[in-house]
Amino acid sequence: MAFLGIFLMIFLVVHLGINLCLLRSDGGAWFTAAAHFMGTNYVIKVFEVILMGGFVLHILIGIILQIQNWMARPVRYKVINKTYTPFMSKYMIYTGGIVLVFLIIHFMNFYFIKLGWISTTLISEGEPDFYNIARALFMQPFYSLLYIVLFIALGFHLNHAFQAAWQTLGVNHPQYDNCIHWFGTLYAIIIPLGFIIIPVYFLFIQ
Amino acid sequence: MKLTLKIWRQKDAKSTGKFVTYPIDNISPNCSFLEMLDLLNEQLILQGQDPVVFDHDCREGICGMCSLYINGRPHGPDDAVTACQLHMRKFKDGETIIIEPWRAKPFPVIKDLMVDRTAFDKIIQEGGYISVNTGGSAEANSILINKINSELAMDAAACIGCGACVAACKNASAMLFVSAKVSQFALLPQGQVEANERVKKMVKKMDELGFGNCTNTYACEAECPKLISRSNIARLNREFMVAKVLG
Repeated sequence: MAFLGIFLMIFLVVHLGINLCLLRSDGGAWFTAAAHFMGTNYVIKVFEVILMGGFVLHILIGIILQIQNWMARPVRYKVINKTYTPFMSKYMIYTGGIVLVFLIIHFMNFYFIKLGWISTTLISEGEPDFYNIARALFMQPFYSLLYIVLFIALGFHLNHAFQAAWQTLGVNHPQYDNCIHWFGTLYAIIIPLGFIIIPVYFLFIQ
Repeated sequence: MKLTLKIWRQKDAKSTGKFVTYPIDNISPNCSFLEMLDLLNEQLILQGQDPVVFDHDCREGICGMCSLYINGRPHGPDDAVTACQLHMRKFKDGETIIIEPWRAKPFPVIKDLMVDRTAFDKIIQEGGYISVNTGGSAEANSILINKINSELAMDAAACIGCGACVAACKNASAMLFVSAKVSQFALLPQGQVEANERVKKMVKKMDELGFGNCTNTYACEAECPKLISRSNIARLNREFMVAKVLG
């Protein structure tokens, strides 16, 4: 879980970098170039397979572990546990489930189009025009609102995930614990915020 | 103090239990929680009823036998104490106190509030020891150990195996217990010889017994009466990874 989680967290940074190209007022030139590069480069194609495997494994292992965890306490307590624990640490399976819903929507809107499984009328120079597909989606207030809510859930997921991943990998030291904690919190705020800026830009600024 | 107790009563492992309400009066705030239960049991015996079964032994907070989930917290509302060291002054007069046994698949209820924690012994049997004949007392300085590691090993060895970590964890995971038992050896030179085998066997047994997985919520650390640190869990994870890679 931890290795895959860290891998996916690195991927999020790359994905955000590409998405932020949408904010340039260049008619999508940068974004289209980045999407073209990601869609055609052979190294990226190899990583794409690894990435998909990473997603599937992270989700599957997460579900299996959660089922085992539920089975470990067949008789529940009458009084809900009052022990202090970091708030988000208790709801990882639920925030993860919300992120999975987003992934399915996202795949239907973009990745399956790229793979040619779903057709689109927005085509530019023989390739799907992802800039205009994204723009059309973000112009819909419902889609944008949903996108924002789902990324807030991702932020909650990441807030616990970052420091938990390092703990699972055995990285724990009094000298660095605070640093990992604060970096994780910052990461969990900055990354979702970066993604959220894009629908806000299309809805209110552009 | 006047209190209302809601206690889990269960005839044996196979029976279905239920909560029974007992009013109790004239409890001194200086009474320990277990003494309060003793008073209740005296009252029940005088009334010809079956007394409430609960685990206890030393009543000094060092044996790890008491195992009560009190008002939603293992060992009750005080921090870093076992139930025998919890005093009634931590409760309000007139309060309702709900007492449950530890809940975890590997800790089946024997009767009422007493659970079977043999699962912990089974984990220890897998590797929680050093298999050398020590002979007579060795010269104290023949193996030098740095001060920090000896202190950390001693901190880990403070684990009394009460199971509050499992009881508090939303996943009923035994990672804090196993990590303390692995750490007390992993930090010392004497523990190195069998380190890889030890961690692999103990983790395997923990999983076999049906404990849940650690999701790093740290409820175990928050409820541990001996303040065993989560850093031991990280150490266990390191030891486990190294053992898996080295075979």
